[in-house]
Amino acid sequence: MKNFLTIEDLSRGELTSLLDLSDEFVEVLGRPIPKVPALRGRTVAMLFFEPSTRTRMSFERAAKALSADTMSFSPSTSSLSKGESLKDTALTIKAMGADALVVRHTSTGAPWRIEEWTGLPVLNGGDGAHQHPTQALLDALTIRQHFGSLDGLKVAIVGDIRHSRVARSDITAFTTLGALVTLVAPRTLLPVDLDGWPVRTARAIDEVLDSDVIYLLRIQKERGGASVLPSLPEYVSRFGLTWSRFTQMPSDSVVMHPGPMNRGVEIAPEVADHARSLVEPQVANGVAVRMAVLFRLLGGEATDV
Amino acid sequence: MGFLMASVMGAEDIGRALRRMAHEIVERNGGPGDVVLVGIHTRGVPLAERLSEVIEGVEATGVPVGTLDIGLYRDDLSLRPTTTLAHTQIPVDISGRVVVLVDDVLFTGRTIRAALDALTDLGRPRVVQLAALVDRGHRQLPIRADFVGKNLPTSSSQRVRVHVTEIDGEDDVSIEERT
Repeated sequence: MKNFLTIEDLSRGELTSLLDLSDEFVEVLGRPIPKVPALRGRTVAMLFFEPSTRTRMSFERAAKALSADTMSFSPSTSSLSKGESLKDTALTIKAMGADALVVRHTSTGAPWRIEEWTGLPVLNGGDGAHQHPTQALLDALTIRQHFGSLDGLKVAIVGDIRHSRVARSDITAFTTLGALVTLVAPRTLLPVDLDGWPVRTARAIDEVLDSDVIYLLRIQKERGGASVLPSLPEYVSRFGLTWSRFTQMPSDSVVMHPGPMNRGVEIAPEVADHARSLVEPQVANGVAVRMAVLFRLLGGEATDV
Repeated sequence: MGFLMASVMGAEDIGRALRRMAHEIVERNGGPGDVVLVGIHTRGVPLAERLSEVIEGVEATGVPVGTLDIGLYRDDLSLRPTTTLAHTQIPVDISGRVVVLVDDVLFTGRTIRAALDALTDLGRPRVVQLAALVDRGHRQLPIRADFVGKNLPTSSSQRVRVHVTEIDGEDDVSIEERT
């Protein structure tokens, strides 16, 4: 593995092997000293051109738990605000001695361009509304931990799918691993063309309450998601997972959310805090899968010397 | 180019060696009380299980068996591709106990060095001892085994191959040499 840009490159076998490796890092993170020396001397740079709290901290925690050093910058205080190009920023960070780059950017494809320019292993931490492959891995791991396998599971993804890189990556990962995925959203928040997507669609959350997993997405105001809705109360009435809807779900079903949650909109507060909400395991698993990907990219590479 | 292969231990030899080692482990530690056997992946794991079975048969009380993957602690990660890890699981807290590391072949000592680092992260054993089915010499670090099944003088160009029934379908120790 030379980079980790999209979940679409991975076969079922490769995905499963990454999840198996992630399981071992779950064990490492549960130890009294949750740190191993595997990437000692390596440096991972975090290039987050778009605001992020959890993904960035999760990658930093993953790198540090593998004993790698980390560097990071935030665009508002960097030379980008002085007019430096993306390419020059990336090459500058490479020259400082980074061994791998984690890139998040508002533009689709930015991590690919940065990989071309730098030749370094690049991990996509989310590009525009395109891909968020480590999120898909952590979601798949969380479901697999709970159910043992994704084969034949009914998974409904509800919310702003058009603007969601999480949905795009999750659909690929879940269906590759054998799940049956249904998308639920107002027409204005579904992708314009679903031709060739291995999914079904539904027009209201009430149609998918028999799912094994309901995966809720936030309305992405920053990508224009709110402007295509008549009103939030109307959205909640057809697509929000309220408490009364939650009580109609099977007793062994679960609820997931990539965060940040808008409590009272897509998810009721008492659902978010329920024992069958996997939001916290998702966050914990995020560190393990990012360790697995960093270890795959940097652990076995031959050195240049 | 071919390989010359000579079998140096058969199933009965391996069984006898393991029985003796199990007795030595119990004797050295004044009983099985505090002992935890930790098998190093891959072939150390079934060997540790067999040692535990022998101890249980003799002492009427077994000893816990754990497994250790040292993939994250190697000093040659940059030389050797490592893409998978086996499961590390130790069923008891090792702090204050006697940990006996179990491996099939003791060679350069680097695997054991990595295993000691891994153990340090898992707890603080009172004593760490080492049991190896075969000691073939050529150490690169100041490490020695406490319990040895067979000392096998080898040249560094030779390879020692250990097969165990649980993984390979047969019990056998052979020396391979390129011709």
